[in-house]
Amino acid sequence: MKPAPFVRHVPRTLQQALAILSQVAGQDGRILAGGQSLVPIMAFRLAKPAHLVDINEVAGLDRLASDGKVLSIGARVRHAAFHAPVADNRLAALLTYVARHIAHYPIRMRGTFCGSLAHADPASEWCLTAATLDATMIAMSQRGTREIAAKDFFEGIMATALAEDELLAEVRLPLLASDAKFGFYEFNRRAGDFAMAAALVTYRIVGGKIAEARVGVGGAESAPRRISEAEAALNGRTPDDTAFHAAAEAASDTVDPLEDHQTDAAYRRDLVRAVVRRALEHSCA
Amino acid sequence: MSAHETRGSTGAGLKWVGRAIRRLEDPALVTGQGHFTADLAATHWVRFVRSPNAAGKIESIKAPDGALVITAADLTSVKKITPMLHKFNYRPVAQSILADGVVRYVGEAIAAVVASSEEDAEDTADLVEVNISESAPLVDARDALAPGAPQIHAEAPGNVILKGEIKTAGFDDVWASAAKIVRIDARSHRQNATPMEARAAHAAYDKASGRVTLTCTTQMPHLMRTAIADLLGMRESDLRVIAPDVGGGFGQKMSLCAEYVLLVWLACKLKSSVAWTEDRRENLIASFHSRDQYITLEGAFDANAKLIALRADVVSNVGAYSCFPTTSGVEPLMAMAEMPGPYDVQQYQCLARGVLTNTCTMAAYRGVSRPIITFTLERLMDKAAKAFALDPVDIRRRNLIDKFPYTSATGLIYDEATYRQTLEMAVHEIDLPAFRAQQKEARKQGHYLGIGFATFSERTGYGSPAFAARGMAITPGWETVHVSVDPSGFVEARIGSSPHGQGLRTTLAQIIADELGIPPDLIKVVHGDTDTAPYGWGTFASRSLVISGGATLIAARKVRAKLIKIASHMLEAAESDIVLEDGQAKIAGTDRSVTVAAMAREIYTQTHRFKGELEPGLSESGTYDPPGTFSNACHVAIVQLDPETGFVKVERYLVAEDAGRIINPMIADGQVHGGIAQGIGNALLEEIVYDYDGGVLTANLADYMPPTAHEMPHVELHHMETPSTQSITKAKGLGEGGTIGAPAAVLNAINDALTPFNVEIDIIPATPQRIRAALRKAEQAAKKTA
Ligand SMILES: Cc1cc2nc3c(=O)[nH]c(=O)nc-3n(C[C@H](O)[C@H](O)[C@H](O)COP(=O)(O)OP(=O)(O)OC[C@H]3O[C@@H](n4cnc5c(N)ncnc54)[C@H](O)[C@@H]3O)c2cc1C
Repeated sequence: MKPAPFVRHVPRTLQQALAILSQVAGQDGRILAGGQSLVPIMAFRLAKPAHLVDINEVAGLDRLASDGKVLSIGARVRHAAFHAPVADNRLAALLTYVARHIAHYPIRMRGTFCGSLAHADPASEWCLTAATLDATMIAMSQRGTREIAAKDFFEGIMATALAEDELLAEVRLPLLASDAKFGFYEFNRRAGDFAMAAALVTYRIVGGKIAEARVGVGGAESAPRRISEAEAALNGRTPDDTAFHAAAEAASDTVDPLEDHQTDAAYRRDLVRAVVRRALEHSCA
Repeated sequence: MSAHETRGSTGAGLKWVGRAIRRLEDPALVTGQGHFTADLAATHWVRFVRSPNAAGKIESIKAPDGALVITAADLTSVKKITPMLHKFNYRPVAQSILADGVVRYVGEAIAAVVASSEEDAEDTADLVEVNISESAPLVDARDALAPGAPQIHAEAPGNVILKGEIKTAGFDDVWASAAKIVRIDARSHRQNATPMEARAAHAAYDKASGRVTLTCTTQMPHLMRTAIADLLGMRESDLRVIAPDVGGGFGQKMSLCAEYVLLVWLACKLKSSVAWTEDRRENLIASFHSRDQYITLEGAFDANAKLIALRADVVSNVGAYSCFPTTSGVEPLMAMAEMPGPYDVQQYQCLARGVLTNTCTMAAYRGVSRPIITFTLERLMDKAAKAFALDPVDIRRRNLIDKFPYTSATGLIYDEATYRQTLEMAVHEIDLPAFRAQQKEARKQGHYLGIGFATFSERTGYGSPAFAARGMAITPGWETVHVSVDPSGFVEARIGSSPHGQGLRTTLAQIIADELGIPPDLIKVVHGDTDTAPYGWGTFASRSLVISGGATLIAARKVRAKLIKIASHMLEAAESDIVLEDGQAKIAGTDRSVTVAAMAREIYTQTHRFKGELEPGLSESGTYDPPGTFSNACHVAIVQLDPETGFVKVERYLVAEDAGRIINPMIADGQVHGGIAQGIGNALLEEIVYDYDGGVLTANLADYMPPTAHEMPHVELHHMETPSTQSITKAKGLGEGGTIGAPAAVLNAINDALTPFNVEIDIIPATPQRIRAALRKAEQAAKKTA
């Protein structure tokens, strides 16, 4: 469990980082952020990058700021930054609630928000958050900067739209309306383990009915996504057991379940049903 | 801290035994001053190249240029590991130190890369090209038993390495007279003991003496010396084995590892030092596994719900090779011998088979077969309770052994124990009627609570006859202890046991302290080095306190007798007037005394004063080989089950137990707590999963899931003390009880919670997926009929 040999680069500026990245990208060069996913994979020698571009010293990437419309999260912002609300907005409350479900305390102290998205584990809470809220990813390389919508970003299990030489420099999450409701629930067998299914929901109540429903499901398919069938089962309905059950059923029927040794397809559907309904119940708690 | 303290010690005049004194071994460990194998520097490091295939022929092994890579071809002078059992149709199978032409499981060591650092060794190992022509593996024991299944070893036809059979006289008539037959098909999946410290070894050649010192993380240093010297054709005196601080063993470290043999061979070949530290992945795929069994158990009950006959079929998946020294009989034969557990049943039939497969070799793990047979038998009792419309407590009351000594259907002699009393104690402490009311109320709210009882006997401290009864070529029974007082009055006990977390340095010191009238901190217990410790069998099977403790008491009593003689000379008083206390020999009723230190100095340096009546020096030996003694306990688990996800949370856990005289209550409680953590892991979480190709899907601690602090309930302990007549310290062993009781209690609780759904689960671990599958089946069946 010793990684294969590699060269570590420690740029201080964004320009340096992008320059080095463009040089080493072709030789399986990788960005090292919090290291909480990459280092274990290297220890198992499942990845043997020849170069690591360590971004932990890069100035400016620790930016975490809201402009009244979006919250911008820089590439060095750790999970633990969200242990307390980072802005006076429902979004901040949502992020604080979700953050504590990620791994364990020491891992949250190092792991980064952007690193989670770039790593794109199907069960990642931040990937689910980005997909549900339609985040915008800011990808930078020496070739230039581009924006990628969440729905185009996640391409599958640990696969994203980022090119080899691109740094995910920032993620932008839209702020939530002041009357927005949110709910989150995840299922795992031990505290701190990756979710075997997770759901994040947001909506507003307009005239006693659900409006602008977003239902995101993670950990169940190869990438987290919004489930429009479940959203349709909510919009225009009263927020009650019947609507919640219908949405949960719709999500359970819609997903294309990932299977592994502890979760076959039928069980994954059971879990999706449970987490969606419980996330909705949480939104009313 | 526990109920013990208020009870105080039980024996008259005892001062240290029975007290929860702090562990003498802990200051070093908790301040980071411990010595572990991997701390040692070495000139060479080894990385093993392991088989990626479960079955196949090795076509070629190609090492990178200039690398030192050892393969079976280099080891022609080394014997193969061939454990032996002289009974039960045992077929000896041989294991090469490195795979010799054939691989039999994923993870089997094929080559050893030697380099100047761990990192270099791993880099080079990556470059070794192994070409294997694969064949279809056998992963499940039932597949290996199927007619026409491939032969894993030519020596074991039908892949059956051993077959034990027993049937008591008159069985058929009693069986035929039964009012009800109750049956369970139990499945226990495979587990790994997961010691915190994985395996590690360091072998160093000493050019001056020509000796090799093997430092390794083992539970049995002397037997490692004997076995490795045999395999390598060395003189035993040329090999010194040291077990330094050992970070947990749980049985996994009592078996001989081929890797350790290779390290000694390499140290001799290179005339240098060589080290290997196993990583977690290797430990999970290639050290030793356990608990992979199918048991079908049927109980015949009379009209009063009294168990009158038991019939068992045990299929134990023993993996690819037989482990040394216990052999692969350790699980199936223990299941056969101890299946009747704490119940009075005189008719018994059993077929127990050990089945070879293309999986990692099975070896002992804390509790060995008892977590499985207890889970099976306790589920059977709950099923029987249901069949007779009785409470689970009632059916146990009708069947628990309550006359002693009791001879079991398999010939085991149970000494005095408190099966009934601990059950009643547990029922009282948990407040069963209150729980039933709470359960009823909770169900109305859609919360499913369940309670599970497990009563069991724990056979401990058994000597060589028990191993001889299994027909073992090696009968690791007795223990020897040397107790000596040095000329400055400090006491040293050298023991053949090899504690690795059990606290024996403290408990043995407590036993000696009471005999010699000195405090435990003047007593040092020395173990784990074949150059300084007497030959012994190490630490396993809840034996050390009973057997080593007994030998310690015998030796300490001899030292005490001699001290009294010395005092009688020095104080010119009758021996009967001398008392030993406070580090002195005193003449009772006077103020005349002499210190132990002064007496020790005298017997070494002024021997002429004893007029030839006493030999010089103050050093005595004791050896003890007891028949064995049974601890007992009742475990109770209360769980909450989430029917939508299948998730189970252990809400409350209570133990009423009796392990005879308790030498140190804090240490005893710690043993129970740790065992329960492993038992809850067995019940709910831990499972080594193989895919159809024989690959291990759970090769890290995210996929192989021991419980964490979050998953552990608070454990309430209640004690009874029935001094054992079969153990001279009156203590019984208690190292395994926690693991033995927990799977049964938790599974019974899960099934109690499942009652409203008319669903049962008899698989460990009872994972959420399995629980949901059972519930889904019932839901679908209900939909169909509706
Ligand atoms: C025991 C354990 C439990 C865990 N449990 C959870 C959990 O429950 N939920 C969860 O979501 N995560 C969990 N994690 C993973 C953890 O959250 C990681 O921190 C996260 O997945 C990756 O972030 P990182 O900053 O550590 O990235 P790294 O490990 O440094 O990098 C991960 C990958 O992303 C790439 N990368 C990183 N940053 C960027 C960037 N800015 N631009 C482009 N590429 C980049 C790297 O090159 C690498 O390929 C767990 C980890 C451990 C060890």
